[in-house]
Amino acid sequence: MGNKYKKRNVTERYYHLMLLPGMAFLFLFHIVPLGGVVIAFQNFKPVKGIFGSQFVGLDNFRRLFYLPDFWQILENTLLIAVGKIGMGMLMAVVFAVLLNECRSTVLKRLVQTSVYLPHFLSWVILAVMFSNLLSYGGVVNRFLGLFGMEPQMFLVSNKWFRSIAVLGDVWKEFGYNAVVYVAAMTSIDPGLYEAAKIDGANRWDRIWHITIPSILPTIILMMTLNMGQIMNAGFDEIFNLYSPLVYETGDIIDTYVYRVGLTNMQYSFGTAVGLFKSVISFILLAGSYKLADKFAGYRIF
Amino acid sequence: MKKKRKISTADILIAFLLIVCGLMCLIPILNTVAISFSDKTSAAMGRVGLWPINFNVAGYRAILEEKQFFHSFFVSVRRVAAGTALNMTLTILMAYPLSKEPGKFRAKKYYMWIVIFLMMFNGGIVPNFILVKNLNLMDTIWALILPGAVPVFNVILLMNFFKGIPDSLEEAAVIDGANPLQILIKVFLPMSKAALATITLFCIVNHWNAFFDGKIYINSLEKLPLQTYIQSLVVDLNPEQMASMTPEQMSEQMQLSSLTFNSAKVVVSMLPILLIYPFLQKYFVTGIVMGAVKE
Repeated sequence: MGNKYKKRNVTERYYHLMLLPGMAFLFLFHIVPLGGVVIAFQNFKPVKGIFGSQFVGLDNFRRLFYLPDFWQILENTLLIAVGKIGMGMLMAVVFAVLLNECRSTVLKRLVQTSVYLPHFLSWVILAVMFSNLLSYGGVVNRFLGLFGMEPQMFLVSNKWFRSIAVLGDVWKEFGYNAVVYVAAMTSIDPGLYEAAKIDGANRWDRIWHITIPSILPTIILMMTLNMGQIMNAGFDEIFNLYSPLVYETGDIIDTYVYRVGLTNMQYSFGTAVGLFKSVISFILLAGSYKLADKFAGYRIF
Repeated sequence: MKKKRKISTADILIAFLLIVCGLMCLIPILNTVAISFSDKTSAAMGRVGLWPINFNVAGYRAILEEKQFFHSFFVSVRRVAAGTALNMTLTILMAYPLSKEPGKFRAKKYYMWIVIFLMMFNGGIVPNFILVKNLNLMDTIWALILPGAVPVFNVILLMNFFKGIPDSLEEAAVIDGANPLQILIKVFLPMSKAALATITLFCIVNHWNAFFDGKIYINSLEKLPLQTYIQSLVVDLNPEQMASMTPEQMSEQMQLSSLTFNSAKVVVSMLPILLIYPFLQKYFVTGIVMGAVKE
């Protein structure tokens, strides 16, 4: 018996040692910066350091909430993020259903190959592509011109920017997001479709009464998990597409933090804005995981 | 006996919609390739569709003459190599103990709490920036590699995969006198090739595509990673200057920054991703499914 316990201790020591390097990195680059958030409550001056800077309590947050821009930025963030989640899920589900209904394996394979590709390209690259396509004399404007539409300055227009941001992200991710639904559909019993056919159900009925209900748990799960993302409007995309002309509709929390915190070097204020977002995101994420666990039995570990 | 069914109108409609989806995703990419092979004026006037106009390779020739592009390309290559190696080592070493039952590893719970908490909460970019500055990592390639050394999400993916490997294999190795490190290397790793391939590819893509860390941590031109360099070419307009321009002027300004040359750079920077894409496609579905749909 004693031997067995000794053995377990030796094994566990190995486990601790294996975790050590990773935990050391996590400590240094994730936990230490958490201590750094105290500067959100200071008037931080780099020369004085964290321990020498003046403590100002909640001043930075008060300033934030009185800033008229802030509410606009929050609104932009929420609108863009909710748009992306809603349209993104809808498009992914529709695409997965179409794929499931397609009977040609060759066509399926070809289409899948092309729709997964944008997910793996960076927003830097895609922004170059988008600005080519969406420029004043670009392909999109010429195409819309065929239907008699006036050319638009899509990327510098406050009327269009949010829609472009949402559509751009949906375009990039729908294929990739469809994978979970496609996977869920492979586990549907083909006998169900056969039986429905014998009962005289047409294709639409089969989609509506067999396919959709079968993937409903996955849809609900994804919806719940996405709830944790409604403060994330996607920094990389916005940062590469926006310009001062569309700050009014396109500026989101993350881009604002970058500009005030790092470009204008208002370290304390930038940290305060970032912390505001982190705290809300954390609550949303924790809540969504909790719900996902409760309703879908989903656990991260 | 399966009869070959007739092709109905619905089948044609579905095929049509799928083709539209597929083309929609390819058109921006093909358009960029076409522009990169077109002459400057046609490109700037937006006349190029999916086929080059006045085919030429001036854009690519310009790349060959540009030292900066090669510097940046190799900074990115180095970063991918070193970053992915570090990512994988740490991911494997962390995922294995965390995949153990709490009965076999009593402290697991505490480690898990820390990892999950860190996945959901971060201090924001400003404290991270100050830390990197204080560690004297500014303007070194380490600023691009070390802060993201542990890809927490990948650790969880691999941990879930390891959990699916039967206990009996481990027990057999224990009886043979193997220690946990030997078990990990000789039993678990050979059984997880698909999962390891997925995660390696994810790390490669992440490092290759990252641009923001290069933007905030690197000052010297010759140390800029490729994506940051391309980003700086495109948006190298002074914000104040831009704010004072009319939309027409701005659009013109954006056009003038030589579409052809930038497109050629974009195409070259996409090549590594396109090269590994067949492997990515083979593995990543397993990756997502093992991560997302799990009871």
